Amino acid sequence: MTAAVYAARKKSCALLISQDLGGQPNWTTGIENYMGYQFIEGPELMQKFEKQVKQFPLDVKIGQGVSSLSQIGQGFEVKTDGGESYQAKAVIIATGKHPRPLNVPGEEKLRGKGVTYCAICDGPLFADMKVAVIGGGNSALEAASDMVKIASHTYLISLTPLTGDQVLIDNLKNADNLTLFLEQEVLEITGENFVEGIRIRDLKSGQEKELEVGGVFVEIGLTPNSGFMKGVATLNHLGEIEVNCANETGVPGLFAAGDVTNVPEKQIVVAAGEGAKAALQAYRYLQRLSQ
Amino acid sequence: MAQQVKVYSTPTCPWCKRTKQFLDENKIPYQNLDVASDKAARDEMTSKTGQLGVPVVDIDGDVAVGFNENWLRQKLNLQQ
Repeated sequence: MTAAVYAARKKSCALLISQDLGGQPNWTTGIENYMGYQFIEGPELMQKFEKQVKQFPLDVKIGQGVSSLSQIGQGFEVKTDGGESYQAKAVIIATGKHPRPLNVPGEEKLRGKGVTYCAICDGPLFADMKVAVIGGGNSALEAASDMVKIASHTYLISLTPLTGDQVLIDNLKNADNLTLFLEQEVLEITGENFVEGIRIRDLKSGQEKELEVGGVFVEIGLTPNSGFMKGVATLNHLGEIEVNCANETGVPGLFAAGDVTNVPEKQIVVAAGEGAKAALQAYRYLQRLSQ
Repeated sequence: MAQQVKVYSTPTCPWCKRTKQFLDENKIPYQNLDVASDKAARDEMTSKTGQLGVPVVDIDGDVAVGFNENWLRQKLNLQQ
């Protein structure tokens, strides 16, 4: 959205295409480190961004994701999930990340039926039930910390020893309704219409076990939304688009910004700043093209 | 006849707040059902939608899961 505003202010003919406006901050409750706001909830901040975007004469297409990006001639063609196609001399990719799925049987079938990727959103729905939280990092530890106050019992299942901050690990030490399963892999999420259980295997002994749970919170990190442009620009081993400090991808006219790139810090204020930089670079690129 | 709007929500869900904010901004009256504390409402929601996720908006029996502004505007006859 920041890139769109900067492009509009440079009087570029710009089109903003997105599945939704806001992305990851829409799933965040409390933000205390976006300057100008001591505390603001993610959706509210994104609404303010959206209002600012709408003040400019920009074309905005929301509700459709981009299915492919390809180079044509000296420019690019972007196709959307809805089958629409757009051509441009320059493109800025700022598609962010999405929660990494487990990719185990039962996960897709039971998504929204006990399998969830947002403990903040859905946690309270599992009051007095047994739940599993998958992951060993900060997100999983925070989800477990929330769930021990809500669920009757919480199983924290991690492929590795816990990797999160010690203070979060310590917070869980006194929970008497928490069981840790470390160095265990998830084999399957079971259930007919809703989640009923989860099957896990101990990586050391090979022993399998089925736990009866009503909810599974998948908190194993985030994946860049870069799949649609494979082969066009270089991705690193994490699937992030590699950019230099001018947000250039190495493909003339193709820029990228924010969490989808290899920028080391994934923060809202950083992503917004990167979007501004990318838009200004794109403007300079278009100026050089027209000379 | 006035439309009957129900929002099934939890207190911590950011999208639920966004949905209710949208309805408030457009002066649409609605019944808020907290499925975190009201088990009957939770069961009603899962039987209507076959899923366990919030928000769920019921407008005269038509149901949508999640905050879908286009759907809300269309169902409530609000300008797109």
